[in-house]
Amino acid sequence: MDLFEYQGKQFFAGYGMPVSPGEIAFTVDEAVAAAERLGTPVMVKAQVHTGGRGKAGGVKFAATIDDVRTHASDILGLDINGHVVGRVWIEKASDIAEEYYASFTLDRSARKHLGMLSAEGGVEIETVAEQNPDAIAKIWVDPVDGLDEEACREWVAAANLPDAAVDGTVRIMLQLYTAYVEGDADLVEINPLILTPEGEVHVLDAKVTLDGNSVFRHEGYAAFDETQARDERETAAHAGGLQYVGLDGSVGVIANGAGLAMSTVDVVNQVGGAAANFLDIGGGANADVMAGALEVINNDPAVRSIFINIFGGITRGDEVANGILEALSRVQIEAPIVIRLDGTNADEGRAILEPHLSDTLAMASTMLEAAERAVELAGAAAVGA
Amino acid sequence: MSIFVDETTRVVYQGLTGRQGSYYGLLNRDYGTQVVAGTNPRKAGQDVDGIPIFASVADAVAETGATASCIFIPAPGVHDAVIEAAEGGVRFIVAITEGVPAHDEARFYNRLKRDFPAVRLLGPNCPGIISPGRCNIGITAGHIALPGGPVGIVSRSGTLTYQALYELKQKGIGCTTCVGIGGDPVPGTSFIDCLEAFQNDPETKAVMMIGEIGGSAEEEAAEYISQHMTKPVSAYVAGVTAPPGKKMGHAGAIVSGGKGTAVAKMDALRDAGVLVGLNPTEAGELMAGIVAGL
Repeated sequence: MDLFEYQGKQFFAGYGMPVSPGEIAFTVDEAVAAAERLGTPVMVKAQVHTGGRGKAGGVKFAATIDDVRTHASDILGLDINGHVVGRVWIEKASDIAEEYYASFTLDRSARKHLGMLSAEGGVEIETVAEQNPDAIAKIWVDPVDGLDEEACREWVAAANLPDAAVDGTVRIMLQLYTAYVEGDADLVEINPLILTPEGEVHVLDAKVTLDGNSVFRHEGYAAFDETQARDERETAAHAGGLQYVGLDGSVGVIANGAGLAMSTVDVVNQVGGAAANFLDIGGGANADVMAGALEVINNDPAVRSIFINIFGGITRGDEVANGILEALSRVQIEAPIVIRLDGTNADEGRAILEPHLSDTLAMASTMLEAAERAVELAGAAAVGA
Repeated sequence: MSIFVDETTRVVYQGLTGRQGSYYGLLNRDYGTQVVAGTNPRKAGQDVDGIPIFASVADAVAETGATASCIFIPAPGVHDAVIEAAEGGVRFIVAITEGVPAHDEARFYNRLKRDFPAVRLLGPNCPGIISPGRCNIGITAGHIALPGGPVGIVSRSGTLTYQALYELKQKGIGCTTCVGIGGDPVPGTSFIDCLEAFQNDPETKAVMMIGEIGGSAEEEAAEYISQHMTKPVSAYVAGVTAPPGKKMGHAGAIVSGGKGTAVAKMDALRDAGVLVGLNPTEAGELMAGIVAGL
């Protein structure tokens, strides 16, 4: 789960980290009222789940209340990489002497937590990593031992920050690690972490991704789930408990298992088509789940054909076939369907489907054949329409 | 021979009294696996279809000589279940459960490595392991696999594992052991662990590998193959068309920036001499070609 910047800052503040006072605003009037309470100058910052806000004009300095009004009306509704800005964060402006970068994430190769700290902040860390890798001080933290102050201090020293920034940074890095672990985060990133002219180290931005698997032990996290960036199709699928990712093509895909669903999307592409979605219905493939999946696909106006790809393991092919037929009897499907059924009792399953085959319900014995047929049908439907 | 498990493996199921645990535990027993015990602190002394239930893994090991455990505990309890299994004395732990927090995985992985270096963990979020005809621990349908070798399979994806077993069976090719390592960020057993074990297993003559987008496990495997493997390998990597930054089901299957893409993984594997199929069927055909030439 990705947090908005302001949610990330509230999350950090909960662990004692120094962030600027601010308020969230959904309208221009709310933005102005917030700025009046905070006192100018303020920053007006677009809250979106994507990078590159600054370049897109989504972050503006406002010296006066009139500036706040102008910037808020420009930024609200702005499209940043396909994300339309629906809320802005109004924050007390800070004076900046220097900008740093700091983060913790899991290093999957090392199977340990990786902390990165650099005196070269405020820019894309990928660029620093490429052009000047020595400018990033790294620390690998054993998840069992955790991060102690001595090791943290050594790490901060390796980043070559000015003396004035060292103590504050050590304190904030210890808090950041605690937030990362106790908060079950996949990523915590501060870019920039700033040194003010007064010598204070301060958190100026927050990028936080929380582990969706940890929701059971964090009461507040359900609220974050509601602010995830999803298109209409994804929202409907998510509400139905389906693993769904919207894509740009015209072949609707339903498969059992994440790997098989990904593979199905690949094969559709391989034969010259494009999938409208990734949809994993899990192992069971019963009528209820299948009907829910078909409904989501059916509501996508871009879908011209549907490819159902099921591999029977423990769930037998005949059960799957009956489930598909029952689902089809419940949902009125517009697009033609191609089914590929393989695995346990595939022959029995195919025999059950056989009498129901028609112009709009086809069967294929391999993934490749099914994909070719589905792509062909999608093309024909597009021409017909 | 097989890797990690065989017909002598004696398995205790943590969560055998639950719906999933009893369903798969009994299926595994029907397959021929030595399912010797279950655990549930509140149901010690009872049984599940004749399989005795103990309060802890330690008790089960003491009473039944269990050498492996299979975890069907819900995600919040998996961390403690893994540690309990290791402390209880089993040498091999299979964690089927999906949805385990990544921080828990990182903790128990490193705890095992430090305090129980002889214990192997498989999973979490994996289909388990099957050595056809000898032992099946987990949720793989046993009858889709043909016993006898000569191919070893290692896979990050559940359904694609079944697909691979089935493709080989259709072609009359058997499997020595099929290991589903799971798609989570911190898998207990890696591609490299399995490749090394297959390389050392005299019965395994070739290896089929199924990867997916995200992380760098396939690239690391490619490096290992080029330096240490003499046995031929075929591979398939799912997610060529996955859009960057989108999560596709598995916690691990996510692409960030240009790293961890399917294309980068396939290139690395090809450079290591691996025959890479563009879909599971093609990878199966490539393996059939390898087996025909053995």
